[in-house]
Amino acid sequence: MSAISSNTGDPPRGATRRAYRRLDFAWVGLVPFLAFTAFFLIGPVLYLVVGAFQNPNGDYTFANIVNLFSPQILRAYQLSLEISFASAVTGTVAGFLLAYAIVHGGLPKWIRPAVATFSGVASNFAGIPLAFAFIATLGRIGMVTSFLRETLGINIYAMGFNLFSFWGLTLTYLYFQLALMVLIITPAVDGLKSEWREAASMLGASSMQYWRKVALPVLMPSIMGCFLLLFANAFGTIATAYALTGSQLNIVPILLFAQIRGNVLYNPNLGYALAFGMIVITALSNVLYLVLRARAERWQR
Amino acid sequence: MKRSRINATAIVVVAALFFVLPLVATLLFSLSMKRGVWSLEAYRVVFADSRFVDALTYSLVVAIVTILLGALLVVPSAYWVRLRFPRLRPLFEFLSLLPLVIPPIVLVFGYIRFYNSSSILPLTASETGTNVLLVLGYVALSLPYMYRAVDTGMAAVDIRTLTEAAESLGAGRRTILMSVIFPNVRASVLSGAFITFAIVMGEFVFASLLNRDTFGPYLALIGQNRAYEPSALAFMAFLFTWTCMGMMQLFARRRPRRRRNRRPFASPSERPVA
Repeated sequence: MSAISSNTGDPPRGATRRAYRRLDFAWVGLVPFLAFTAFFLIGPVLYLVVGAFQNPNGDYTFANIVNLFSPQILRAYQLSLEISFASAVTGTVAGFLLAYAIVHGGLPKWIRPAVATFSGVASNFAGIPLAFAFIATLGRIGMVTSFLRETLGINIYAMGFNLFSFWGLTLTYLYFQLALMVLIITPAVDGLKSEWREAASMLGASSMQYWRKVALPVLMPSIMGCFLLLFANAFGTIATAYALTGSQLNIVPILLFAQIRGNVLYNPNLGYALAFGMIVITALSNVLYLVLRARAERWQR
Repeated sequence: MKRSRINATAIVVVAALFFVLPLVATLLFSLSMKRGVWSLEAYRVVFADSRFVDALTYSLVVAIVTILLGALLVVPSAYWVRLRFPRLRPLFEFLSLLPLVIPPIVLVFGYIRFYNSSSILPLTASETGTNVLLVLGYVALSLPYMYRAVDTGMAAVDIRTLTEAAESLGAGRRTILMSVIFPNVRASVLSGAFITFAIVMGEFVFASLLNRDTFGPYLALIGQNRAYEPSALAFMAFLFTWTCMGMMQLFARRRPRRRRNRRPFASPSERPVA
């Protein structure tokens, strides 16, 4: 009886016997979901993880992990990490500034919901269409490129800009990164109470001191957490990069894509190790994000 | 105070330019296929391509099946966990968030290996099997959004009282789920459905690596071979995303409690509990 009431609160009167019988089979209701996650999330990923520690004959080995540190793969990881880092840093800074401006900037009331709604859309406007949009804007014959060249006489491609390069890709990623940052940091910026600022200035603190001693320390866990989320977000993305640069930029997801298509590493198990490395990086940043979010929530009560 | 407002205005203006310029440029670019005049030529070419229609139709079917299966999996599970196994809620939430941690390309790589033609369940060996795998993969991809939406929706209605009321009226499990629980979380399911729709319609990696001719691979193909059509497609995709997200927010905001009293089973939750 006690087991039942702890589960269902107050069981309907007179239903005790039925409730007992139901409880015995209650776990059956959990099976579909658990089976689905086992077969379509955990199982396949576990298969890759185990394969990463095996050689083609099925013997256990660390050789694949060691081979990840070969120059070609190491370069891919390095480039991936650099692009994710660059787009996460720019996204974090720009997104924070925008969020602060719409929350505390004293702007007209309609600005905030407008920016928030647009960010909701833009954070989901990724993948191939986003690449197309940036090609139409800043590609060699894009509208902005042509406008700058023909009207203002500035040829950005002659000045070294190239959309199909590291910084071009970073700028394109910034589109959804900035939007995502605004969405996830706004609650934390909201938690920044105006009383703190007033208290600080009454005690004679300058604006700079307020930021360095009050606002930033309070916001830091949130900002770092959001940064990690943006980082993982960029690290796993492939469609935008694929549509924009083809296989010009040798980032990890594109290398993995080529490996799945045509075994370009000539070693299936090395492919598993490549995937394993990706999981480790995204999992680490997500776990750190959760830790930092737990810390940040202390200030949002 | 005045200066901070000028700064804020500058930031918002720059951000607005960054957000809007690519859209305006895409629209203008898509209209300039004919030299010297604005025309809808690129859109005409896109719609005249039978592969476009085929890919779009296939993606639509996949998206609808994904949404139905996803709702069928998530609603009963979330309901059952909340009702009978509240202590397992963190586990289910964690499992539903896994697709955000595992990069999609890794997930589909796992599928290709796990379900290859020499495995116990050789889904990739046949056309039907691969279609099934694609749909189930999309169900997995949309799980975080669907589960979150439905679980939040269930938090807003008192499912325990509803269940007990229905039981005391003699309703069986299926009746409770279909006529009591489901109508009460319909708005949440719809809000999850629209984001699923947007994800499935634009998805590229799963479809490409499983060799399915959906909208995503079609976009990639056009992007490699054409100049103006891609921007027409991109602009339509943006409008499409906008519609889906708008609908999602519309349904996400609507509380089931505010609905008028139409279903007899829905009434107990709508009376304020003292």
